[in-house]
Order: sequence, then C-alpha cells, then structure tokens
Amino acid sequence: MGVVASYIKDIKDTVSSTFEGMSITFSHLMRRPMTIQYPDKIPIPIQDTLPHRYRGILEVDLDICTGCLACERDCPITCITIGIDMNKETKQRYFTHFDIDVCKCMYCGICSESCPTGAIRHSTEFEGASYNPAGLVRHFAPQAANLYKPKKGGETEPKLITKVDIGQAYMDEFATSDGGAAEEK
Amino acid sequence: MMKDGAFAGVPREVVYAIAMVVAALVVLSVFVAPLAGVTSWLERRVWARMQSRVGPNRVGPQGILQWLADGIKNIMKEDIIPAAADQKLFPLAPYIVFMGFLCSFVVIPFGANLIVADLNIGILYLLAVTSLVVVGILMAGWSSNNKWSLLGGMRSAAQIVSYEIPAGLSVLTVVFLAGTLSMQGIIKAQGWGPWDWFMFHNPFTFCAFFLFFTAALAEGNRTPFDIPEAESELVAGYVTEYSGMRFLFFFFAEWGNLYVIGSVVTTLFMGGWQVPPVTDNPVLLAILQFVTFFLKAYFWVFVAMWIRATLPRVRVDQLMALCWKYMVPLSFICLLGTIGFMFMSDQGRRVFGALTLGFAIATIINFFRRVGFQFRAAKPEFYWKPQI
Repeated sequence: MGVVASYIKDIKDTVSSTFEGMSITFSHLMRRPMTIQYPDKIPIPIQDTLPHRYRGILEVDLDICTGCLACERDCPITCITIGIDMNKETKQRYFTHFDIDVCKCMYCGICSESCPTGAIRHSTEFEGASYNPAGLVRHFAPQAANLYKPKKGGETEPKLITKVDIGQAYMDEFATSDGGAAEEK
Repeated sequence: MMKDGAFAGVPREVVYAIAMVVAALVVLSVFVAPLAGVTSWLERRVWARMQSRVGPNRVGPQGILQWLADGIKNIMKEDIIPAAADQKLFPLAPYIVFMGFLCSFVVIPFGANLIVADLNIGILYLLAVTSLVVVGILMAGWSSNNKWSLLGGMRSAAQIVSYEIPAGLSVLTVVFLAGTLSMQGIIKAQGWGPWDWFMFHNPFTFCAFFLFFTAALAEGNRTPFDIPEAESELVAGYVTEYSGMRFLFFFFAEWGNLYVIGSVVTTLFMGGWQVPPVTDNPVLLAILQFVTFFLKAYFWVFVAMWIRATLPRVRVDQLMALCWKYMVPLSFICLLGTIGFMFMSDQGRRVFGALTLGFAIATIINFFRRVGFQFRAAKPEFYWKPQI
C-alpha cells in the first residue's frame, strides 16, 4: 500500500470507527442501567437477585452437623474453630462451641466441599458490616448442642428430613470440586 | 450619581473599576458558576447512562444539586500548599487558568445585543485569552515541585500549543468568508437556516468544522486528549498537589470551557443566535435568540460528553501525530479549498453547499440507523426516560 493510500485509509478508519463507537454509546442511552440503587428497596429481595452459586457468608445447620471436624481441618486459614466434649454419663458428645471468624474467611468453599452432610454452606448473605470485629465471629453453638448421628436407612424424624435433604441438595449442586459447573451444563 | 450621589468626589476610574468588578462577580455567580456546575452534574449523568450506570441522583431532584454539594465540600476543605512547592506561583496558578476561561465570556455573543463587548478582533481575542490557560497549567505543573505535575504541565503545554494551529487555521476559513474577526460580524454574515450556516457553505468548511471541534476538545484537555491528567501514568497530572478550593478552580474552568467551546463552534459555524423573523417584540426576540444560542452551544457540550464516554485516551505520540501529520495539513487544505470557493459564482457555490447539507443529513439518518442496529443487536430492555 502506498503512503498516500495508507494516509487516506488512516483518516477513513478514524472517522468510521468514531462514528461506529458513538452510535454504540448513544444506543446505551436508551437502555435501562444495569446497576441498582443498592440500599434502596427494590421489588424483589436483594438476596434473590444474586447470581446462582453465590458464595456469601458461611452458615452452619448444627442440627445435621456430625462433628467430623473435616471443615476445621480443611480450612486453609483456620477460620473455623469447633469444640466437642462428651457427657461422661450418657456417652453423648456435644458441641461446646462452633465459631466461624467471618473476618478471616476467604470464601474458598473448601469447607462446604468436604462436609459429608452439607451442614456448612455458603448463604446469600453478604452484608457483613459491623462496628466491632468481635461481632463478625459467628457463634453457631451458643449453648451446648448434641452432635447429629446419621441413621442407617435414612432419617425418620420429620423435622430433620427436610434439613438433611437441603444439605444433600447443596452438596449435589455446589459442593463439588468444580463448584457445580458440570451440573449447570 | 457620580456628581452628587454616593460616589461624589471619587475619581471616575475608580468607580468604573468597581463597577467592572461588580459586573464580573454578578456574571460569575449568576451565569458561569451554575452553568459549569450543572454541566459537571449533567456530564456525570450522561456518562453514567452511556456506561449503563445511574450516576449521581441523591442531592436534590435527580441529583441536580450535586455540584453545590461538591463545591461546598471542596471549599470547606483544608487548603494545603506543599512545603516544597513554590509559595507564590502555586497558589496563583488556578486563578490564571480560571481567568483564561472567564475572559472568553467577554466576547461570547448570546444575542444580537447581549454581548459584553463586541470587539472588532473578537475571535482573535478569544484565541489569545484561552492560551492563557497554558500559562496557568505550566505554572501549576512547575510550581508543584513534583515530577508528575511537571510532566502533566509539559504535556499540556505541548498539546495546547500544537492544537492552536489547526484551530486557528479552521477559524481562518470562517474569517475569510465573513471578512471580519468580530463575533457579531461573523454571525451576521450567516443566516438562521442551516443552508446559510458556514458549516454548510462548502465541503471544505464542513471538514474545517470537525477539525476545529477536535482541536478545541484538545485545547480544553478533554478526553480523548486528556493526557495531561492521565490517571494511569501521571496520577492527576498538574493538579496532583492541589486540594480543596484550588483544585475546584481547575475543574470549574474545565467544565466552563466546555460551554465556551460550544459557543465558539456555534458562533463560527452554526449561525449563532440567528432566528427566523417571527416576532418584532425586542424582548421576545432577545429571549428567543438567547435560547437558540444556548441550545446550539449546549448541544456541542453534550457531544463533548458523548465523545468522552466513547473514545479511549490517546498516547502522547499519537496525539502529536494526529495534530501534526493529519490535522495541520487537512486544515491547510480546507483553508485553500475555501479560498477556491470564494472565487466561484454564488449559484455554483450554493450547489456545493446544498450537496454538503444533503451529505450531513444522510450521515445523521445513517447514524440513527446504526444506533437502531446496535440497540437491536444487544436486545436490551428499552428505557428511554432520562430520569431513574
């Protein structure tokens, strides 16, 4: 290409690309903005607008927690601390505490992958602001609570059946090594 | 009043000086400050919508008082002058920049009679006082005693001095056609209809218009030519060390300059305040002229915002190449072509003017077809309302 031809082509490209770009930005004036006014009320709860598989603050359903300590062991930054004690007379083991330090948690999801019952999982809660760092340590066992023991042949108590099913659904859907990506396809 | 009133015995020059200062303050606080402020708010809103955001909408209805909140915040902030900065030039620089911008309002013709001073060298005066901005920016860059500021100031000076040339040559095409440098004279040489505007006088003035607008954007340090304050390289360029009120003055001048660019473009190429002969009432006519001029000028302010939302920032070498390799030769060609058209008979010239106007209308229609295509391709939710 000659010098003159490339010079004219440069001018033509500048004009046409600016023209095209300006038509794109102008078309955006007629679109609804993607962002929402966050603290304001919106028609549906804000938690429902979050994407599928959102990793919010961890939550624990202590009723179906077996106390296997897999999550505590697997946590890369040890933000989970579990204390288990045993009643000498009834031989019943119980939690003395089950704390998750939300300040430390990096939302990697490894604890929920290793949980055998799906008791520990990511909620859609994300508003973690607190005036006091101690308020960000979540205590899931405020008083002593007994460990869950899975029954052979499935759960029979109606209150626990739903909880076990929720945990199982969570494990099937998200708590896989690929984070549920294969399931989605 | 000067003979036996409140000013009796006071020298005439002092009274005139005070009157000028008072008039300047009134113009500043009644017209320029709200204009620059609202422009800053509108720019943020337009920009936000073009990026699928909402933009400031909390202070006042739709956030229209955002500029007041920003201004009050900036004025109440601590005025910091770095210990290593030049103690005299550093505080002075923002006012020089601001003066360069405010002095241009002297010759802007808002209506047939609504002009501070119709200087017979109007457009030359305007080019001269807007060059004062370079002095202020270079002063700010040097006196900050900071490498980023100095680099920003140097870049800005190089940029503004370079782009004066295509801007000046494009202005010269209009000056040749009008035969005068006076702003009112240039407007009176045009008519109210687009076919009488200098923009559609011939194909060369049409190109000169775009060259002038681009060069004016570069002189106003607007994106895509805002390399003096390129955040990724220079923090904030020459305003790095400024805070509070002095910082505010730089941006006051920048947003005010947008309107100056728009009004100069309107005056030179788009017929200024010319309105169709619909009324003989002088007051109504003045209002109509002012509104016409304001809307035309503000349309170009909107286009500048729109370009800012569209184009990425250019590199320094690209900026200089654009100016010296492309815009300077093209503006010379436009100038020579316009001179050629001045030898042509009026009927022959009108044919070319009509062709230019037809081309412009076809471009606008094609543009909206492209907008429709882009909109359909994205399949978004239609939301035309400006408020949200």
